[in-house]
Amino acid sequence: MTPATSLARAPAIKSARTYALRRGLAETGQIVVGVLVLIWVLLPIYHMVMLSLTPINEAFGGRFWPDHPTLENFRTVFTQDHFFLERFWIQLANSVIVALSTMALVLVVATLASFAIGRLRIPGGSVISNLALLTYLIPMAFLAIPFYRVMSQYGLLNTRTALVLAMATFATPYAIWVLRQYSENVPFELDEAAKVDGASPWQIFWLVYLPLLRPALIAIGTYALLLAWNEYLYAFLLLSTADQHTIPLTMGYFLVTDDSPWPLLMATAIVYALPPAALYYAVRKYMVTGLTAGATKS
Amino acid sequence: MAVIAAPVAVQPARRRIWTSETAWGAAFVAPYLVLFATLVVWPVAYGLWLGASPSAFATLFADPIYLESAWNTAVFLALGINIKLFLALLLSGYLAQTRPWIRWLSVLFLLPWAVPSIPTIFSFRWMLNSEWGMLNGLLWELFGIEGPWWLIDPTLAFGSVIFVHVWKYLPFWTLILLAGRMAIPTDLYEAATIDGATPLQKFFYVTWPHLKNLYVTSTLLSTIWSLGDFNSVYLLTGGGPAEKTHVLATLGIRYAFNLHQVDVGVACVMTALPFLVPLVAVLVRRLGGGAR
Repeated sequence: MTPATSLARAPAIKSARTYALRRGLAETGQIVVGVLVLIWVLLPIYHMVMLSLTPINEAFGGRFWPDHPTLENFRTVFTQDHFFLERFWIQLANSVIVALSTMALVLVVATLASFAIGRLRIPGGSVISNLALLTYLIPMAFLAIPFYRVMSQYGLLNTRTALVLAMATFATPYAIWVLRQYSENVPFELDEAAKVDGASPWQIFWLVYLPLLRPALIAIGTYALLLAWNEYLYAFLLLSTADQHTIPLTMGYFLVTDDSPWPLLMATAIVYALPPAALYYAVRKYMVTGLTAGATKS
Repeated sequence: MAVIAAPVAVQPARRRIWTSETAWGAAFVAPYLVLFATLVVWPVAYGLWLGASPSAFATLFADPIYLESAWNTAVFLALGINIKLFLALLLSGYLAQTRPWIRWLSVLFLLPWAVPSIPTIFSFRWMLNSEWGMLNGLLWELFGIEGPWWLIDPTLAFGSVIFVHVWKYLPFWTLILLAGRMAIPTDLYEAATIDGATPLQKFFYVTWPHLKNLYVTSTLLSTIWSLGDFNSVYLLTGGGPAEKTHVLATLGIRYAFNLHQVDVGVACVMTALPFLVPLVAVLVRRLGGGAR
C-alpha cells in the first residue's frame, strides 16, 4: 500500500502506474520463487523415479531421461529376481510388522501413562512427565551403543522385538507429551460427570478419554509408525541375519559394492517410500495439529 | 452451602476415591515406568559407565579424526540449522499467502518431509556421483562444464551433507513457523496497514516479536535433533572420503562397531554432553512450561 502522504504529493496517474508496475513485479517474483521451490523439492524425487525406470545397463549415463524407459526394475523387485533382493518380501513383511507393533505398543503405553499423569493426577506425575520430555531430547544416535549392549544382555539381539522396543522407547515420550498437551483441552467436567455416574477409572479412560483424543491418537500413531518404518541405524545394529532385516537394510546392502544396480535400488526405494508418504498425506491435518500443539504455545 | 457439614461427610469418601485412584494410576503408569527403567535408565547408566574410562578419552583426543569430526559437527550445526531455519522463516511467510496455487505448492512442498529419508538420501548420492550422476551429466550436456567432484572432495562432500540435511528438514520447520504465523491476530496487520507500514516494517514490528520465541525454541530443538542426524552423513558419504566428513554421531558408531573400541565410541558421543546438557535443561523448561 502506498502511504497516504506520498499519494497526496504525486500525481494520481503516475502513482497508479507505479502501483501497477510494482504489482506486476511482485507477481513475477512470486512465480519465480514458486518455480524455484518446486525444482528444489522435486529434483531428487524426480531423479529417484527416473532412475527406477532406467534399464540397469543405462544407469551410468548421467542422463536426464533414459533412452529406453522400462518397468523391468519393478518386476525384478517384486519377483525377488536379484541377489540383493532375494528376501524382499520377507524383509518388507518385517518392516510392516515392526512398524505396526511399534505403533500398537506406543499407543497403549502412552495413553495409559498420560491418563494416569493428567487425569488421575498420580503423585510424582510431573516428574514422570519431565523425565519423558528429557528422553525425547536425547539424540537417538547417541544412545545406540549402550542400547545395543543392553539388548544383548536381555538376549534380544537379532530379533524384531529389539527393534520394536528401541523405537517405542524413543516414540513414547513424544507421544506422552503430545497427549498431555492435547488432553488439556478436554474438560475435566466430563470425568467428574462420569465419576458421579459411578464409572471406574478404566471406564472413563476407555469411554471418555480415548474417544475425545482421537486426533492426537492418529498423530502419535502415525508418528510411531513412520519412525519405526524409517529407522536405519538401530535396525542395522540390532538385526544381523537377512531373515530379520527390514527394508532400509535391504537398501543399505546395495552400497557394499561400487557397481551396484542403482536402478533396482531406486525401484525398491519407491516401493518402500510410497506407503508412508501416502499415509502422511492422508493424515496431514492431524500431524500438524499434533506437532504444533505445544510448539506454538511457548 | 453446608460448609460446616460438608468436610465431615465428604472427607472419608474423598480419601477412599483418592486411594483407589492412586492404585489405578499406578497400574496405568506402570508399563511406561518399566519401559523407562529397562530401556532408558539402564542404557544411559550403562553408557556413562562404559564411557567413564580416562584411557578412552586419551585415545580419543589423540586421534586427529576425532578433532576433525568435532569441528565438522560444529560447522554442521552452525550452518545447517541457521540456513534451515532462516529459509523456513522466509518460506513460511511466502506460503502463508492464501492464493490457490500457493496452497497447492505448500502441499507439494511437504514431500521431502513425507518421503522417508533413506530413499532420498540415496537418490542424492547417485545424482551427485561425479562420473555417472545426473547433475554432472546435465552440467556437461547443457554448458559443457566438467562438473565438480561432489562427494570425493571433502569440503564439497560435507557441503552436500549439509544441503541434504536442509532439504530434508526444511518443510518440517516451515510448517512449525507457518503455524506460529497463523496464530498472530490478523487485526494487528490491518492496523499496521492503516498506519501505512511497509511490508518490512510489518515483519519487524508485528511478525517477528510474535515469532521470536518460537524461532528460538525451534533453533534449540533443531540443534539437538541435528546433533543426532546419523542418516544424512552416514548414508550420503559414509564419513568418507578418508573419514573427513564424520560428525560425532557417526564417528561414535565407527569406533564402537568398525574398530571395536566400544569405550572410545561412547566417550566420543559423551564429549557432546557439556554442550547438550544445558540445551536440554533450557528446552525442558521451555517445552515443559507449556504443558502446565
